[in-house]
Amino acid sequence: MKFGVVVFPGSNCDYDTFHALQNVMEQETVFLWHKDSDLQQVDCVVLPGGFSYGDYLRSGAIARFSPIMAEIKKFASAGGLVLGICNGFQILLEAGLLPGAMLTNKNLKFLCQHVYIKIENNKTAFSRAGRKSQVLSIPIAHFDGNYYAPPELLAQLEERKQIVFRYCDGNGRLTEEANVNGSLHHIAGLINEQGNVLGLMPHPERASEKIVGSDDGQVIFQSIIDYWEKKAGGRKKKAGKTVRPVVSPLPPLVGSL
Amino acid sequence: MIDDKTLADHNLTRDEYDFIVKLIGREPNLTELGIFSVMWSEHCGYKSSKVYLKKFPTKGKYLIQGPGENAGVMDIGDGLAVVFKIESHNHPSYLEPYQGAATGVGGILRDIFTMGARPVAVLDSLRFGPLDKPKNRSVAEGVVSGISGYGNAFGVPTVGGEVYFHDCYSQNPLVNVCCVGLAEKDRIFLARAQGVGNAVIYVGAKTGRDGIHGATMASAEFGKETEQKRPNVQVGDPFKEKLLLEACLEVMAKGLVIGIQDMGAAGLTCSTTEMAAKSDTGMEINLDLVPQREEGMNPYEIMLSESQERMLIVTSQDKVKPLQDVFSKWDLEAVVIGKVTEDEQLKAYFHGELVIDIPVKAVVDLCPAYRRPVEAPAFVRRLARFKVPGMPPDLDLNQVFLQLVASPDIADKQWVFRQYDHMVQINTIVLPGADAAVLRLKGTKKGLAMTLDGNSLYAYLNPKRGGEIAVAEACRNLACAGAAPMGVTNCLNFGNPEKPEIMWQFKEAVEGIARACRQFDIPVTGGNVSFYNETEGQAVFPTPVLGIVGLVDDVATIPAAGFRGEREAIILLGENKEELGGSEYLKLVFDQEKGKAPELDFRSEKSVQEVCRQAIKQKLVRTAHDLSEGGLAVALAECSIKSKKGLGFEVKLNDPIRTDALLFGESQSRIILVAKEKNAGKILALARKMKVKAKVIGKTGGKKMVIWHRKKKVVDQPVELVRDAFKNSIPGYFKV
Repeated sequence: MKFGVVVFPGSNCDYDTFHALQNVMEQETVFLWHKDSDLQQVDCVVLPGGFSYGDYLRSGAIARFSPIMAEIKKFASAGGLVLGICNGFQILLEAGLLPGAMLTNKNLKFLCQHVYIKIENNKTAFSRAGRKSQVLSIPIAHFDGNYYAPPELLAQLEERKQIVFRYCDGNGRLTEEANVNGSLHHIAGLINEQGNVLGLMPHPERASEKIVGSDDGQVIFQSIIDYWEKKAGGRKKKAGKTVRPVVSPLPPLVGSL
Repeated sequence: MIDDKTLADHNLTRDEYDFIVKLIGREPNLTELGIFSVMWSEHCGYKSSKVYLKKFPTKGKYLIQGPGENAGVMDIGDGLAVVFKIESHNHPSYLEPYQGAATGVGGILRDIFTMGARPVAVLDSLRFGPLDKPKNRSVAEGVVSGISGYGNAFGVPTVGGEVYFHDCYSQNPLVNVCCVGLAEKDRIFLARAQGVGNAVIYVGAKTGRDGIHGATMASAEFGKETEQKRPNVQVGDPFKEKLLLEACLEVMAKGLVIGIQDMGAAGLTCSTTEMAAKSDTGMEINLDLVPQREEGMNPYEIMLSESQERMLIVTSQDKVKPLQDVFSKWDLEAVVIGKVTEDEQLKAYFHGELVIDIPVKAVVDLCPAYRRPVEAPAFVRRLARFKVPGMPPDLDLNQVFLQLVASPDIADKQWVFRQYDHMVQINTIVLPGADAAVLRLKGTKKGLAMTLDGNSLYAYLNPKRGGEIAVAEACRNLACAGAAPMGVTNCLNFGNPEKPEIMWQFKEAVEGIARACRQFDIPVTGGNVSFYNETEGQAVFPTPVLGIVGLVDDVATIPAAGFRGEREAIILLGENKEELGGSEYLKLVFDQEKGKAPELDFRSEKSVQEVCRQAIKQKLVRTAHDLSEGGLAVALAECSIKSKKGLGFEVKLNDPIRTDALLFGESQSRIILVAKEKNAGKILALARKMKVKAKVIGKTGGKKMVIWHRKKKVVDQPVELVRDAFKNSIPGYFKV
């Protein structure tokens, strides 16, 4: 399977996501430069975390105008898999690929910590490798992760089972304290109606190896791979890996001139 | 003729001025005076400190680049190098906490990536006034948000550091930021302007009027009119810095750079003159070509602006176009503003007129060095004579224990570090709050351990000892992660050096640090001196902050910071002495900041650390923690609080010393190691072999923290209660 990680100016989890997909999940992964309009025939587009365009104006508000976003919209409407992580989720909201909006965290501070999320719906392309109600330990790192939607929309999201992940405590309970950013209905991850676009505030790429504290994030990546392999007919090709600390831009250098 | 007021405004003396006239053979114009003033400021010229800084050892086995460049560089094997440096941004952070701290981060990041390294970690050492005063809270809140705002957006994890509170920092908060980067060992870039005729290229943000004379500001005491200096503080744009990082690393990887220097303090002035001076060349630039954010800027303003996110690059003419292409890909400007010349002069033109014509080496190398008068302050001897009063018979040590854990210097700093993205780049394997932060090096088994340390109360009581202990404790922190120290950077925060007492504190502290570094055989690779941390005559405690990096051979061996399993043996390495001088306990219970700073014996310190490292290497250690503020009882409490299972402990002690000194004394050279019972003997044997005092003092487990002294139960508290006291203390001050 081939993943494409989009690089916006200000993306800063691009290499991390690349590392998790290419070196940990062993899937072919390429960078997609925001000024390009070629998706390089990837099977899944990932919008990584970071501060695209400095998050000036509003998180994700400027990135949605990048040339590549027009292609991603086409790709998504044709059923292509799109995963937006953190800033990527915010961009998907701004681009209208997912409904609702993000407010500043309820304590008005940036929050970086491990949180627990619970799989509400394990029938999606992004959660099928997990069990229903399974609790995952995955970190968050954001300023604006306090999900908001008007009541009628929330009711609709609940009814259509579009809420895939919710913040919870270690035992899967939906306590107020566990909902650290104040999201309505504890929403941590949301899918579109068609089921091919997921926005997720926690960072699965930061929880893909035991050495950094948790590998629960693999559940999400593995779900995508399982889904795709089933769809494509059981192809199980693994990509080679060359793991080395990222110093200079990885070859191929990100983006064309 | 320049008048006295102009000289005073530029912080130059008449003698210095006469020297300038002699060097350039004529009276300087105002712009040239500005250039000398900023380059010869204490901040850039190190004029009071130079003679002492020479005492630092600067050679070492792994050293690639020592002091004198933007940052130090050490070889860590596998073709990789670690690049690191610490900087202060104290003065701006008091005037405008958010931007002051943010641009402090921005500045040190550029120091690292200008050398060809990708910043992989930031640590910061923060000192504020006590949090019960609203002004101090607002400074603390602003500084933490500023660091968070800049570092998070840039995408560098802030992985550790320290936070202390004392009234001496109420009007002089200290913000020291240390950045660690990784580079390919054979691709380190230096600030060089080689090759006559080569292009001088300005890249990054436009130049504005912000931060003019920031370095000069940081080189004088603050008075009542300080608030008016706010326009001297720069404004940071982390987004632009991130683009600048990627663009710089890309042109470096493509071989398009000969020399590069960031524009930090003293901006264009510093980068042009330093690059040329280090290469025995000169530079000719056209100020009209410098990208400007504001209209009508004059040469003085353009040369002295400290606008952020700018770099100066020298490259050959044929590489200009490909270099500009890369910068335009990242939506950044890259403008040729001049060329390298042979004559060792800096010449600048403005509207066709030659407005600057000065010898670069005079500016860079000939800043006067002063051996200022030193005199030991009277209070030092007086405080050392202080006799610790006897233990009040009605003192409830069990209660004191709880209070100490909640004292802001010791209490949980999660309120601070959860505002920092400490995980981006996914290398952080030991999270903030442990003795040392550790990053894994992807693709290897190795880990990079780093820590910042300094205890200013010890340094106040005895600056030399304070310097020694700062080095020793930093190394001890690394040892607790199993790492051997490799190299040092330091940030020396002091008052006004023109006062003999302050200069004495500085000299003593430097001697202490130098001695300790030689003892541990680690070179000082660079650092920063911040003088004039003094407002209305009130100086900060002498505050040397040491940043030390080390290497862990196998990250799988790193012990946890908290207890891991029931009934594991708690071993104490080192000796409990009756030392209460300068302790948190003395401050809390007796309200005294007096006495003798703890003793430090290098031989035992080094052996204790070696036993710790060996035991970790042999995979015998489950948990390790060094003893520092709050002593043995607090160290044990921390291991328990950080235990994921909430494990308590029961410890039995028989030392023939005062119970309060045993529990809370801050004797040096002590480490707690926790091991499975069957392995305890092996650790004790290891200690015996290295002549280190060691014994099993108790075991982990239960839901309580219990300490016995000579068959008397002196501490007995539920884990949960202590944990809450530890965790709720600092957030409690910020509740609205």
